[in-house]
Amino acid sequence: MSKESSQHGHHHVLPLSTYLGVASALLILTAITVWVAQFHFGEWNLVVAMIVAATKAILVALIFMHLLYDNKLYLVVFASSVLFLAAFIIITMFDTLRRDDIYEFLEKPIHSNAAMYQVDSTKTAAGMDSLKTMMPADSTAK
Amino acid sequence: MAATVADTKASMAYAEVNYLNEPKGLKSWLLTLDHKRIGLMYFFAIMTMFFLGGIFALLVRLELFTPKQDFFGADTYNKFFTLHGAIMVFLFIIPSIPAALGNIILPLQLGAKDVAFPRLNLASWYVYVTGALFAIYSMVTNAVDTGWTFYAPYSTTTNTAVISMTMAVFILGFSSIFTGLNFLVTIHKLRAPGMTWFKMPLFVWGLYATALIQVLATPVLAITVVLLMLERGLGIGIFDPAMGGDPVLFQHFFWFYSHPAVYIMILPGMAIISELITAFSRKQMFGYKFVGFSSLAIALTGFMVWGHHMFTSGQSELSAVIFSFITFLVGIPSGIKIFNWLATMYRGSITLQTPMLWAFAFLFLFTIGGLTGIFLGAISLDIHLHDTYFVVAHFHYVMMGGTVMALMGGIHYWWPKIWGRMYNEKLARFSVFFVFVGFNVTFFTQFILGTRGMPRRYYQYLEQYQTLHEISTVGSWLLLLGFAIMAFYLIHSIFKGKVAGNNPWGALTLEWTTSSPPPAHNFERQPIAVNGPYDFDKVAAEITYEGTPGFGETVVAKKETTEVKH
Repeated sequence: MSKESSQHGHHHVLPLSTYLGVASALLILTAITVWVAQFHFGEWNLVVAMIVAATKAILVALIFMHLLYDNKLYLVVFASSVLFLAAFIIITMFDTLRRDDIYEFLEKPIHSNAAMYQVDSTKTAAGMDSLKTMMPADSTAK
Repeated sequence: MAATVADTKASMAYAEVNYLNEPKGLKSWLLTLDHKRIGLMYFFAIMTMFFLGGIFALLVRLELFTPKQDFFGADTYNKFFTLHGAIMVFLFIIPSIPAALGNIILPLQLGAKDVAFPRLNLASWYVYVTGALFAIYSMVTNAVDTGWTFYAPYSTTTNTAVISMTMAVFILGFSSIFTGLNFLVTIHKLRAPGMTWFKMPLFVWGLYATALIQVLATPVLAITVVLLMLERGLGIGIFDPAMGGDPVLFQHFFWFYSHPAVYIMILPGMAIISELITAFSRKQMFGYKFVGFSSLAIALTGFMVWGHHMFTSGQSELSAVIFSFITFLVGIPSGIKIFNWLATMYRGSITLQTPMLWAFAFLFLFTIGGLTGIFLGAISLDIHLHDTYFVVAHFHYVMMGGTVMALMGGIHYWWPKIWGRMYNEKLARFSVFFVFVGFNVTFFTQFILGTRGMPRRYYQYLEQYQTLHEISTVGSWLLLLGFAIMAFYLIHSIFKGKVAGNNPWGALTLEWTTSSPPPAHNFERQPIAVNGPYDFDKVAAEITYEGTPGFGETVVAKKETTEVKH
């Protein structure tokens, strides 16, 4: 495999075996996606799916789209755009996944031996119920 | 290498054939591919918008002179502050330094004939004008009253012209991306022979960091306003909780662009200040690499802090803590810049000409703006100060006290290069004085108003705030006076100004080696960067400036006799 320059008019030529190898890797990864769908990992479903999908995307970008053989600057540019997208989504998820943390204090007494819990057990239970109805719907669901 | 007398005379002359008069005719301007002409067209468009946005600001301040309704009602007031914000942010301050001064100066500083994609450059101006027309359409039909942030769900339910204004923002974003892309490629590909990355002027470093943000962040703004338009036009529930959307998500989308956009505004300003400080201190930049890389550091950390606009929005406590922490990190590269500028001036040979006065105004005002940003980044304090005049004062100190002061400094610094003529230095100093004093009178009072609980965006208020509001409004008139003086002497100088010569400040970057105004292709011969941009200690500069007309003092012309050591 010669190290040709990536100047205009000089296209890097890859051997057919590389293309076929990558193609079969992509097919195997697709099969893994189908196979893994029968297992339930709960919150990790997303992580597993993303790992498989990201591996496929990286293979396509690096080999089929020649990023690996081109000026490395383009690789940096491409990778940084993916990183910024990831930063946007992940940091936003710090909010959306944890937003009902704000209401946690409603779910348990702040001072469990406070006077209001000592008076009458039936009254207290009623009081807690009314507190629960004040909570937002998604918080009670949790 | 002492220059000959003939050379010196040539360098003091006005270049008769230059980009301003060759070729002639309106068509040659409207279809020009010359970066200097495109930059000038941007300059006029942007100054028009600055004027328009300024009028709205003055009207808002006028209404606030008394606690009662004076001149217009609540709805009109809402429209006016929205138009002030939207015009100033999207049509003036974001394109101001990169698209106007950057376009004119960047290729000159790199020693290039033009930017990498001249046609894309011209297209970006037309895209900008199209965006401006959409904004004006929105203004004259039923102006938006949402504030420049277009927060959902109000923006999806108000009956004002939200779609045309957000369409304007969408279009203007592309203009910004075109400029950023063009600059990135120009900086990578068109540097003069010998100009390595660390021999680039710091203005170029600043524009590089800015261009990165423009290219990476602006698409998110486009996505945001498209989602908003989809929700408003087609009733698809994305942000409106009544339709199953999430209003805090809008704020995430919006600020993921608009916080980095703050750095699109301030980084080029800082870049200008780096040029001014070295040029008027006649000293090598202290910590050149740190100043260059701190621009990149600000650009990158700037992407991770958007949630500090949302501490009271109902986002999770976890995010609030993370955003608060990362916000403090931005203070580090900003502090690096401030201290390096101060260290550059230490033991420099400082001359207090107009551009340097603007740089001092920047240092003073931006430091106040930056430090009050630290107050607001602290969550507990922000709960109290959120949506008060303290926030208004803070971002005006950063945006106007920072970027606009730097822009004015840049305009005064490169004015003789752009027009070949010098403005009246004495009037220029009056202008700096009135703008600086007027600015502080207008906005420092707003810090006090804010800490006492005056909420922003209210057109009536409790009587206890009246005195401070009156002082603030009077300050806005002083600002008007300062800018009016400036408009007068700048326009006057174009026609009647004293000929400036090639290098009136004795600076060393490449744009000063060509004639003023430069010829159509910038340089007679391909310039070569032998020394660094600020090697005042190495270069035997033939410094020929003789003070400036009107101020009554003559700066002693320096003639250093040392040979250039290669």
